[in-house]
Amino acid sequence: MIRSSTLLKRCAMAAIVVASTAFAASSDASGPAPAFTLTTLGGQPSGLSAYKGQVVMVNFWATWCGPCQQEMPLLDQMYKKYKPAGFTLIGVNVDKEAPAVKELLTRKPVSFPVLLDPANQVSKAYHVDEMPSSVIIDRKGQIRYIHRGYKPGDENDYQDRIRQLIRE
Amino acid sequence: MRPRPILLFATLSGALLLCGACSIQPWVKPYERDRLADPIMAWDRDAISNAYLDHIRESREGSRGATGGAGGGCGCN
Amino acid sequence: MDRRHIVARAAVIAALLLVRSTIADVLPDNRADVFYSKYSGGGMDITGYSATARAKITENFAVEANYFIDKVSGASVDVLSQASVIKDTRKQKSGTLEYLHDKTTYTASYMSSVERDYKSDTASFSLSQSMFGDLTTVTLGFANTHNTVGENNGTANDPNVAWLGHALTRAYSGGLSQIITKNFIAGVNLQVITDAGYLANPYRSVRFLDGSARGYGLASQVYPDTHTSTAVQVQAKYYLPYRAAVTGLYRYFSDTWGVVGNTYELDYTHPIANKWIFEGRARYYKQTAATFYSDLFPFANSQNFTARDQNLAALDNITLGAKVTYAFLPDGWKFFKRGTVTGDVSRIRFNYKDFRDTRDFGVIEGFAPGDEPLYNFSAMVYQLYVSMFF
Repeated sequence: MIRSSTLLKRCAMAAIVVASTAFAASSDASGPAPAFTLTTLGGQPSGLSAYKGQVVMVNFWATWCGPCQQEMPLLDQMYKKYKPAGFTLIGVNVDKEAPAVKELLTRKPVSFPVLLDPANQVSKAYHVDEMPSSVIIDRKGQIRYIHRGYKPGDENDYQDRIRQLIRE
Repeated sequence: MRPRPILLFATLSGALLLCGACSIQPWVKPYERDRLADPIMAWDRDAISNAYLDHIRESREGSRGATGGAGGGCGCN
Repeated sequence: MDRRHIVARAAVIAALLLVRSTIADVLPDNRADVFYSKYSGGGMDITGYSATARAKITENFAVEANYFIDKVSGASVDVLSQASVIKDTRKQKSGTLEYLHDKTTYTASYMSSVERDYKSDTASFSLSQSMFGDLTTVTLGFANTHNTVGENNGTANDPNVAWLGHALTRAYSGGLSQIITKNFIAGVNLQVITDAGYLANPYRSVRFLDGSARGYGLASQVYPDTHTSTAVQVQAKYYLPYRAAVTGLYRYFSDTWGVVGNTYELDYTHPIANKWIFEGRARYYKQTAATFYSDLFPFANSQNFTARDQNLAALDNITLGAKVTYAFLPDGWKFFKRGTVTGDVSRIRFNYKDFRDTRDFGVIEGFAPGDEPLYNFSAMVYQLYVSMFF
């Protein structure tokens, strides 16, 4: 005989699991953003610590991911617009090999820093469960929002969140 | 021949659909899908051509059905 | 071979097209293809031309339209009662709508095929669901086809078509695709198809021993008016470390007419940089004859159902094919993302175990009915198409 409170708890758990496996665009998140150090295409080391005190958006992308390619120009525009206000965008590329990344960025360059994560250590640390994923981190280094996937119009959502965090 | 196999299949699919609540973690992460996203790993890289070949075969053989494939790819969004 | 079957099966193709190229989560790229095909073998020459275009109207909604025209000419080996050459044109058009919502893709499609003595309309619907972190895709589909069957009692140039009946086909399909490792994807498809109505080919006849000068007489085929079949296909694709893919598939088919078919296929795909893709395919197919099939019946009306259609004979065939795709616009141009041209050649060798070649091997040549050589032939299939992605 299952007590109603236990049943309710189990239903709630099931609902949460179902909801979490369902597609969620931008969801609130919490916790400190894991620190990382990766190299740029040019071989220079760089990481999250270089941007302490700024609002940071870490965008996980790949050359083989269609929606990632779609949002890149919009991310670039957003970066240029909000950089003076203390915002930075880090593009973490998850390709296994650098040549394809270099080739793509030569054809379609972006002005925000791109770091390479071929061993997927940073992707794992940030629990990336959708491509592309954008993690928005506040000035104190806390993760505030995670945006999974990209559909045209999502850039408005990004901008709303960023503006909110810049004002804090 | 009654379509019993399809009933079994529908039940299995239904169970799988409902099992969205089973918390099985995907063992191939979205950032590990580079090879699966490669066009050479698509089931039907050229759907029109494959449909034409199926058409040729079904016109001359007694078998039909169950060809084609779905899924795979980058799993983006 | 007869046109009849091209169209009858086309309905199934329409249903199958829905299962194809479904990569849930993102609708496939916009694409336009111009396609030329030629089949030559067994006395038949069939040339086909097709144009297809698909485009996303919004991120979640896409449409596709296809127009296909094929022209047949030739004399099929099993058309015993007619010496005249078959010459006909078939026109087919289809339209498809695709809607993506979260992880589900809904597809609806309509296809219509018209030739002088055969009309076919198919409406189909399918649903594709991505789950388990996009590792699993489940697809369910349904197609409904209505065929109107006729017989041309005139000639190719002066036709006189008599409409003989209708047939209704329903196809139920299910598919499951599973990513096993980052290099390996596998799938299983199941399709049950039932037809009812006029299912025979009016141009084909059966023969039976009758003691005449020729040795045999002819009669119309008599088919059951229902037919149900089940097909299960298992397939797998593996990524080889140096960048290539190998695909294997096996399909088992069984129907209420007694035909059991086994298909084995192996494909190898080898790309070179971003410009070339080479593909080789080998396929072996073997089937048993339908229970009411016979190349030569002992006397007239010996069975309730009789057939002498090549498609229902015991046969096997081997296909060897090669395909080359060249990207003449590997990185796009203006609003085109990519442009490719593909050539595909296949050679299919058919061997019949219980169908005999009566064309040049009769009593006059010294062959008693039933002693003619078993029929076999080779067919060449050519395809050439240009694909533009945008």
